[in-house]
Formats: sequence, structure tokens, C-alpha cells
Amino acid sequence: MNLTLKVWRQKNAEAKGKLVTYKAQAISPDMSFLEMLDVVNEDLIKKSEDPIHFDHDCREGICGSCSLHINGQPHGPKHAITTCQLHMRSFKDGETIVIEPWRASAFPVIKDLATDRGAFERIQQAGGFVSVNTGGVPDANDIPIPKVIADEAFNSATCIGCGACVAACKNASAMLFVSAKVSQLALLPQGQPERYRRVQAMVAQMDAEGFGNCTNTGACEAECPKEISLTNIARMNRDYLTAKIFKEEEV
Amino acid sequence: MSNFAQTFSSSLGKKLIMSLTGLFLCTFLVVHLIGNLQLFKDDGGQAFNAYSYFMTHFPPIKIISYLLYASIIIHAVYALVLTIGNKKARPVAYASYKGEANSPWTSRNMGILGTILLVFIVVHMSNFWAQYHWGELPYAKYEVSLTDPQDVKVTPIPFNASVAEPAHADYVDSQAGKKVLIAKDLYKIVNESFQQWWYVALYVIAMAAMSFHLIHGFRSAFQTLGWDNNKFVPLIRFLGVWVFGVLIPLGFAAMPLYFFFK
Repeated sequence: MNLTLKVWRQKNAEAKGKLVTYKAQAISPDMSFLEMLDVVNEDLIKKSEDPIHFDHDCREGICGSCSLHINGQPHGPKHAITTCQLHMRSFKDGETIVIEPWRASAFPVIKDLATDRGAFERIQQAGGFVSVNTGGVPDANDIPIPKVIADEAFNSATCIGCGACVAACKNASAMLFVSAKVSQLALLPQGQPERYRRVQAMVAQMDAEGFGNCTNTGACEAECPKEISLTNIARMNRDYLTAKIFKEEEV
Repeated sequence: MSNFAQTFSSSLGKKLIMSLTGLFLCTFLVVHLIGNLQLFKDDGGQAFNAYSYFMTHFPPIKIISYLLYASIIIHAVYALVLTIGNKKARPVAYASYKGEANSPWTSRNMGILGTILLVFIVVHMSNFWAQYHWGELPYAKYEVSLTDPQDVKVTPIPFNASVAEPAHADYVDSQAGKKVLIAKDLYKIVNESFQQWWYVALYVIAMAAMSFHLIHGFRSAFQTLGWDNNKFVPLIRFLGVWVFGVLIPLGFAAMPLYFFFK
């Protein structure tokens, strides 16, 4: 396969970036998208040019490192996968592919296609945890949890924090991420003591990071590689409004 | 900042305001449509003019109407504040952005649709509402026979600056055997306005915008409130599309078309 790439190149956070055109030649359709970029980078290195900087780690769809806004969609055109799970057979020979970083003021570009997603870490630190007393190891299955609740909490917990929801949202809103992180704990008994403080603290941090506001377009849900659903956002709204208006629980 | 101020300046608090004002405006639409169906009554505007007087003079309804004006303004101002925030959240736009791949068109264009509606509301209110309150309106006198309700005598009283305005009256003249109504003739203004094709076109376009605005807006308001109970979501979606997206806009659009083609 031969492809034309239009890649966002930006020296650092302060520099102005632009789209630069590259040729990707002799690409196997069985390569992943990241492997295709590796091939392009090898060429660039041989020509002693600066290789394209992009985030990647596990390359099996579980770490949430790889990002890339490909032809107008986060993680490319396929449903429910990360960029490392996207294969070149999903593209046509001779196609032009536009590759951009996540675009959000809360995710500043570090270099080229790599963005600083530290905002997500700070939201997690604000409240995405449970306090556990030290002591003896409790018995397994000591706390009864209905299967449906456990499953729902697990569904929310599958969020890998990649930021595709922010990238897909026309408002660069992080509500799907935050609501998944709120939900995975709010659903379980272990998360109850801090439930209402957590949702307030995490929403306050989300606002402070400068993410946009949800307009319920559903783009995040459609683009999420882990298929986190909008139900989580409704649950977060419910908990937040309960905490602020009905319960008056202080942070 | 107090807890109250903090709540309503947060992203979710602002969304709550949008949701509640939006739903209040939706309930208003239902009342407005049902009331205005009296325009279709072929009685020279008697029922409609009596209704107009009632809606502008009955104190509880006056209070609700102030709430309504406030809701329109708050909904628009918060939409503007939220939109500015959303634009700031993505300072560098994507060179390639495929919104249609992951979200409905209506949901991505609420701002444009809302702006069309705001322009429409300003035109609509300045033409009818402001006219009714402060304009130079003609009056009409209806005399209905007590023995035969079909026997109605309509006397138009055109506006005359040199004569004092006639007083609104609604009484039974038992000696003459008649029920008499003297009211501002808003029906006439409505009828005359909808003889202009461009005015009818503006109404029909605005109602199309309202349809798309509510197809997304109605169900979206419930999502913002956190009301996504699986038992009710199908009902909410049905109401949002078929009642607020189809029935109500069609009902309103029928009014200018009725007068234009009458």
C-alpha cells in the first residue's frame, strides 16, 4: 500500500504547528496504524530528519496511551478500538490520511501528535479513589454486591483514560471520562463513604482544567474505544445535583 | 463563593439551568398551541380576542408570563456563556472533523437553531405581544344573541387617535337579549400579518428550526437532569420527536398557512 499522510508537526507547546505531507510507501495492510508510523519514522531517521512524535505504550488496546485524530475521528474510522488496534486494511491504497493530535486547551500539545493528558490525572487525584483502612485482609465476598451492579461498575471501570471522548466532543468536554470514573466507585459499596464529596471534587477539577460543557451529542459514546455509555453522564449529573441541591454535602 | 453560586457557575449547574428553562419553555409551547387553536375558529376572532384579554389580564397567568420572559432570556444568555466556554476549550480547530460519523446533525447545531428561534421570538413578540400591549390596535364589538348562539353581530371599531380608546367590556345585556364583548382585535392583526408571504415564510422556517431544536433538546434536558431511567427513556424520546419535534411545530406552522391560503 502507498499512502499520503498529512501529519501535524509542532516543535513544542509554544511553537506554531502545521500539517506536513509525507509519503508512506510499501505499507502492509496487516500493519497496525502505529507500525505504519514506525515505518515512516524509520525513513525520516535515515534521512536524518526529526521523526514524528506520537504516544504509544502497550499496543494491545489496554493502556490508553495512543491517541491520534485520524481523518476526522479519534482512533480512526473503526468502532470501539484504539489506534494500535486499527489496521491499515481499513484504508484504501493511495488514500490521503490526515493525522492530528487531540485538540483541547486542557490537552496541550507536547510535540507533534503527543499531548499532555495530565489533566485527567489531576481529576483522578481530586477524588477518584476510595479510602481503605489498613489491617487484616478481609474475607473474599465479604460484601455482597448484586451481579448487575458489579457488571455495571466494571463497564464504567473499563475506561482507559485515552481522551477520545474529549477529542470527539465538539465542545472538548471531558464528562464521559469523569462520569466513568465517578460511576465505577459510586456504584459499589466501597465507594459510598466518599460518594458525594467525590463527584463534587472531580467536577470542580474538570471545570478548573478548562474542559468544555456537555451538549449530549453522544459523540463521546460513539468514539469511545471501551464503549463507555452516556448513562454514566446521567448518573454523574444525578449525584452532583443531589450533592449540591438536596444533600448539601460539603467537599 | 457560596455553595449556591458555586453550583450554578459549575459546568453541571449551568447545564441544569439550560435544562430547566428549556423544559419550562416546552410546557409553554403546549399551552400556547392549545390556546391559539382558537384562531382556526371561524367566528370573526371572538374566541381568540376574549382569550387574548384573559391571558394578558389574569394575574396568575401574568406572573407565569414574567417567568416565561425570564426563561427565554436566561436560556439564551446561558447558551451564550456555555458556547463561549466550549469554544475556549478547543482553541485550535481540527483540519478534518467528521461530526456526522458520531453524532446527529441536530445535536451539533443547537446554537444556530436557537439563534434562529431567538430572532423569530423577537420578531414575533414585537409584532403581536408589543402591539397588543402598547400598539394602536383596533377594537371589535361582538353581540351574541342569548337565544341563538349562532346569531353573532360583529362591529369593527377601527383605531382612531382623536377619540378615546373604547373600554374592554364583557357583559350580558338581558334587556336586549344579547351577550356583548368589546375587545382589542388582535385577530385582525394576526390575519393581516399572515397575508404577507415573507412573514409566513419566516414562521414556517422558524418552526422547522424549532422542530430540530426540540428533537435534540427535549430528550437532552432529561439526560442533563440525570433522568435516564430505562422505563421512561422510550417515552421521553417518543414525546421529544413526535410531539415536540413534529406535532407542535406543525400545529404552529399551520396557523400562518391557514390565514395565507384562507
